[in-house]
Amino acid sequence: MLSVEDVSVNLPTPRGNLRAVDRVDLNVGAGRTLGIVGESGCGKTMLSRAILQLLPKKAMLSGRVMFDGQDLARLAPERLRKLRGRSLAVVFQDPMTSLNPVLTIGTQLIETLQEHLELDGQAAKMRSVELLAAVGIPAPEQRLKQYPHQLSGGMRQRVAIAIALSCEPKLLIADEPTTALDVTIQAQILDLLAREQRRRHMAMIIITHDLGVVAGRTDEVAVMYAGRVVERAPTPELFKKMHMPYTEALLAAIPKIDAKPHTPLPAISGRPPDPTRPLRGCSFMPRCRYAWAQCQIEKPRLEPAESPDHQYACFRPINITAAVPA
Amino acid sequence: MLGFLARRLLYLVPVLIAVSLLTFLIAALLPGDLAYTILGDQATPEKVAALRHDMGLDQPIWWRYLSWLGQVLQGDLGRSFRTGQTVLQAVTERLPVSLELMVMAELIGLVIGVPIAIACAVRSGGAFDRFMTGSAFGMLSVPTFLSAILLIYLFAVELRWLPATGYVPFGEDPAANLRFLVLPALTLALAEWPGIMRVLRSDMIATLQEDYIALAKAKGLKASRILFVHALKPSSLTLVTITGINIGRLIGGALIVETIFALPGIGRLLISAIFTRDLIILQGVVLLVAAGFVIMNFVVDLLYAVLDPRIRHGHA
Amino acid sequence: MATLELGIEGDVVVSPVRRTRRLGPLFWAAIVWMVAVVAASAFADLLPLPSPTDMDMLERRAPASALHWLGTDGLGRDELARLIHGARVSLIVGVCAPVIGITIGGALGILAGYFRGRFETLVVGSMDVLLAFPPLVFALAVTAYLGQSILNLTCILGVLGIPAFMRVARAATLSLARREFVIAAQALGATHARILLRELLPNVILPLFAFFLLGVAVTIVVEGALSFLGLGVPPPTASWGGMIGEGRESLEIAPRLAFLPAFAMFLTVLSFNLVGDTLRALTDPRQGAL
Repeated sequence: MLSVEDVSVNLPTPRGNLRAVDRVDLNVGAGRTLGIVGESGCGKTMLSRAILQLLPKKAMLSGRVMFDGQDLARLAPERLRKLRGRSLAVVFQDPMTSLNPVLTIGTQLIETLQEHLELDGQAAKMRSVELLAAVGIPAPEQRLKQYPHQLSGGMRQRVAIAIALSCEPKLLIADEPTTALDVTIQAQILDLLAREQRRRHMAMIIITHDLGVVAGRTDEVAVMYAGRVVERAPTPELFKKMHMPYTEALLAAIPKIDAKPHTPLPAISGRPPDPTRPLRGCSFMPRCRYAWAQCQIEKPRLEPAESPDHQYACFRPINITAAVPA
Repeated sequence: MLGFLARRLLYLVPVLIAVSLLTFLIAALLPGDLAYTILGDQATPEKVAALRHDMGLDQPIWWRYLSWLGQVLQGDLGRSFRTGQTVLQAVTERLPVSLELMVMAELIGLVIGVPIAIACAVRSGGAFDRFMTGSAFGMLSVPTFLSAILLIYLFAVELRWLPATGYVPFGEDPAANLRFLVLPALTLALAEWPGIMRVLRSDMIATLQEDYIALAKAKGLKASRILFVHALKPSSLTLVTITGINIGRLIGGALIVETIFALPGIGRLLISAIFTRDLIILQGVVLLVAAGFVIMNFVVDLLYAVLDPRIRHGHA
Repeated sequence: MATLELGIEGDVVVSPVRRTRRLGPLFWAAIVWMVAVVAASAFADLLPLPSPTDMDMLERRAPASALHWLGTDGLGRDELARLIHGARVSLIVGVCAPVIGITIGGALGILAGYFRGRFETLVVGSMDVLLAFPPLVFALAVTAYLGQSILNLTCILGVLGIPAFMRVARAATLSLARREFVIAAQALGATHARILLRELLPNVILPLFAFFLLGVAVTIVVEGALSFLGLGVPPPTASWGGMIGEGRESLEIAPRLAFLPAFAMFLTVLSFNLVGDTLRALTDPRQGAL
């Protein structure tokens, strides 16, 4: 369904050229969910904007973004516009800012329906009510006339999801869909997304910094660091047998319910590198406890491990049964 | 909404009272004996004293203020000793002229400023944007009477397309009326459009960077819809305020234009009242103009609440 | 502001916001013009020019010649001399009036912003009331009743500027008074006077000065407007506004009589606006200029 091929995003800034996304390859098939995980600044949001062709004016994109057989990066603007909202939908992180505060919920739902499905007013209205009900919003008819600020955070995100799903998209990109919500609501929203995806046999990408979000809800996970994909594997395998020290560190940093009280949390020391000053070697090297000389000089490339589905980029991977080259 | 209204009204009343007090004081404290002026060359000490007593000018100031205020609240703003008209009559005669001028000026200003602002915001930083922003800044440095002279020279003297002075009421001859008002309205509009353009442009640039615009694009909506429905509405708040304040300001402030183009408006009424020492007219008209300005601000506040539902529901 | 931190994720707008506004060539051109005008008006008497008030009825509206470099006006007076003397008048009124505004308005504003409470409401309320009145009417009433003179004009225009300066001073004080250095001074037991004079004033003076320059521009315009109507600077003193007003009569025959002073006024007002606006952008980055 979606195939990101060798995509890079460069941003000129007053401090130098910023390589936000560095030669990323990804793909998602219909009915499958891909999770993209990484900490703030790793380029995951830039990547999602690159896929949607919503990059800032000064950004330069290279590579191909193949969606349903067409390269989105080279598509004529009018054809791209017709795809957006219809076959390709997105849910942003903060529904308070992603919904227009001066337009009613009804307007924001109906306009998408009218634009892409060419429904008339009545039909669009009815369909909007159905959509709101489907995402679990009570009293949907009343909601149509309300404004976003009159709803709670969780409700707003449900509305955003309803808008995204309104034209039966083939691919849904959810960019940190639960980060701005209360923890209790997070699970509900994720369940809602999973349910809708199964029902519609949609391809879905969930972008998050939280490994807990992708566990059990994605088919495949890609871990990003400093603009590159550093590990990619089917989800269960990633959690069982990760190869990247970074992935291992990420997992270790999640608090565990069965740890003894007062167990210190092994946070990853240091900070992600300055994207305007890329390192010659592996970007994770300053923070990696396994790093050695080669890591400083060369950048490791993404290569498959035992199974071709599982790829990693590291000179000193963990959990590898084969001997480490001397 | 009602609570909001009530609170604003509560603030309005003391301001209006203060305005009336100040108006009265200024008129009362201006040097020159009103009675003397009225009698003119018929003045003798006895007649002056008698007239002063008749008009209550020998009473203490606070008494005079209160009695004047009382009359005002009953609708009696006084009568001009020169023309015999009541203040209200004089004002209603002149108001349509000033009003028409104001509205035309503001409309032309909007017609010029709004499209330019939108065009600049969409391609902010580009050549057109920088040029227009510079022009707007330059325009702000051109005084009204300068634009007036330029326009008169261009259109009345050189091209002879439009008349330089004169006025005909709309009822009598709409076409001629508009012909006489084009140059003055254009003069004022040239001073208005930069402010309008700058305000809308900066608001729109900020709005266009918001998440909800990105989402609107991601939804595949037409560019025109995103611009005019999604972006324009939240950006127009400041614009509405400015327009309202401008109209309020223009009520008494089109003095210069009215004088240059010889339009029988409120501004000219004020000037003639000053020079004929017609304090009653001066007092009454200034009161109306100032009160009008205050009320206009109040209306603008209300419009704010209408435009931004967050303010209505107390969320802003 | 411009530094791209590592949190570039999400809603980043990568627009090259310059951290410091470079003072471009326009700025310096404005400064040059301002200096030139000030110098010319200051040394007007020393310049080899005919008197601005000497009338020569035989040489009315004469074109440029060796004797009259820019020609003569409707009453045979030398245009260039009148231009330069007019500059002097415009500058005197234009600078002195805002001085009144900045001292009184600035003081009121700082006090209001610092002490808050009832005093502030009173000050702000009275300024709001003042602002409701059409300023030109005020000015006209005063000149009509108290007589036209440069002094009267300066005073009334100065008073009319007080609310605006009050607002700027108050806004600046409000944002500064909550900052740490004020609280620190208070904790050290500094008196109000000391805080006001030593801590707040030096910081508020910068945005106030920027506004002062803008005020000069506005005053020149208002004085020009009044003189244009014949109600400002009394004749025969030359003033740009008056010259434009007189030049209006001769638009068909000698338009330069109106346009020369108009151009001079425009350039001067533009220069003050430019410098003032640039300074304002430098001292108060939140209120972005253009």
